[in-house]
Amino acid sequence: MMTVGSPTTFLADVRRIAVEIAGPNAGDVDREARFPVETVEALKAVGALGALVPAELGGPGLPFEVVAEAAFELGRACAASGMVFAMHQIQVATISRHVVPGSFFAGYLNDLVGAPRLIASVTSEIGTGGDLGRSIAAVTTDDDGGLRFEKQAPTVSYGAYADDLLTTLRRSPDAEPGDQVIVLTSRDQTTLEPMGAWDPLGMRGTCSPGFTVRATLRPEQVLETPFPTVATESMVPVTHLLWSHVWLGIATEAFDRARAFVRGQARQRPGETPPTALRLSRLMGSLALLRAEIRSELAGFVEASASPDRAELSTMARILRLNNLKISASEQTPQICLAALEICGIAGYRNDSPYAIGRLLRDALSGPLMVANERIHQTNAGLLLVAKDV
Amino acid sequence: MTDLVRQIIREHGRLAVDVDALGDEADLYEAGMTSHASVNLMLALEGAFDIEFPDSMLRRNVFESVSSISDALHSLGVPA
Repeated sequence: MMTVGSPTTFLADVRRIAVEIAGPNAGDVDREARFPVETVEALKAVGALGALVPAELGGPGLPFEVVAEAAFELGRACAASGMVFAMHQIQVATISRHVVPGSFFAGYLNDLVGAPRLIASVTSEIGTGGDLGRSIAAVTTDDDGGLRFEKQAPTVSYGAYADDLLTTLRRSPDAEPGDQVIVLTSRDQTTLEPMGAWDPLGMRGTCSPGFTVRATLRPEQVLETPFPTVATESMVPVTHLLWSHVWLGIATEAFDRARAFVRGQARQRPGETPPTALRLSRLMGSLALLRAEIRSELAGFVEASASPDRAELSTMARILRLNNLKISASEQTPQICLAALEICGIAGYRNDSPYAIGRLLRDALSGPLMVANERIHQTNAGLLLVAKDV
Repeated sequence: MTDLVRQIIREHGRLAVDVDALGDEADLYEAGMTSHASVNLMLALEGAFDIEFPDSMLRRNVFESVSSISDALHSLGVPA
């Protein structure tokens, strides 16, 4: 077991894993809708799962931008692997940014550096209409002071392969739906009862069926910071940014396949610019816009996170911009895949060609549905009634 | 001012309990106010007091209690 070194060696490790392991297995992971186990094992072996654990808790404390870059690299090779990596890092970032020194969570993060564990999240719930900010299931206290819960979750990505689960719940059985906490339970404290099979259009390797989740836990496994603060300052922005980097990986791969196809056409007729080259030129503009949009919000988030109280992250203007990033990045990515498909023609449509776009397009189509864009538009529409300088 | 703030919370906060059952420091979100209701509350406050909350004030914790809302209004020049 190694721990992560510098940002440079970490990114070199992740790129190697992306190119040598995630990429070559991406077709099989997609076809079989199977968990990318070899990629996750390789990431564990280089200590990548603990990359965000802060230095004061014994971790490498890599900058968030470096982990975002890693999500991009993995997403480019295998979007499902990139998404699993991104989701795990979302849970680590969420805990790290709100951890109290000396707490259960501080000890947990410290352990994560030496003995990597994969964390999944149980935030969705049947009956809440996809609203992260509301829960039905509640933390219940038993007579002996132990806690337990039962939650019906319509999707739990890689739930069956995770070592630990981070779950949102109402604080107590008499709490309001928005009075939420977040709890961390280990595999041996938790049972997962599958609600059905997993055979989706894309992102098939994330293995995200529904589960009834039941767990027992101790009071210290409830994160001290109330969930609304955790969501606004960390979970939601980190989610939108890391997902966007995975989508940028898909879009970049689609563009690269289209570019390789056009180059092949040009080689067959030296001296003539193929008509597809003009389309490629237009597509480059779309990709550059997507990349610039993501980089700009990433820089804003990192800057706002550096201030002591992170006050700027809970302003409406920032919430609106990050919501908007999620909507536009998830809508632009499938459009870029479609444009790449038009350039590659039948060679892009075939699954057995080096220019195949099918898996990329199917994976990209999950973006607008993961926290439905329509719901985010509803939130933004409300915020825009009062926000001024957005 | 506080009476008018309480009246506006009663009309727009959609709390699970009557606002008069809560102290000035009580957390309105814990009392059931949703994000959607808080936006309506902000709009109603802007209308009633003829003010505009600057973006720096449009944050969850500014609207979390009768007292934090009164403080915000006070800092915008609304007399107590």
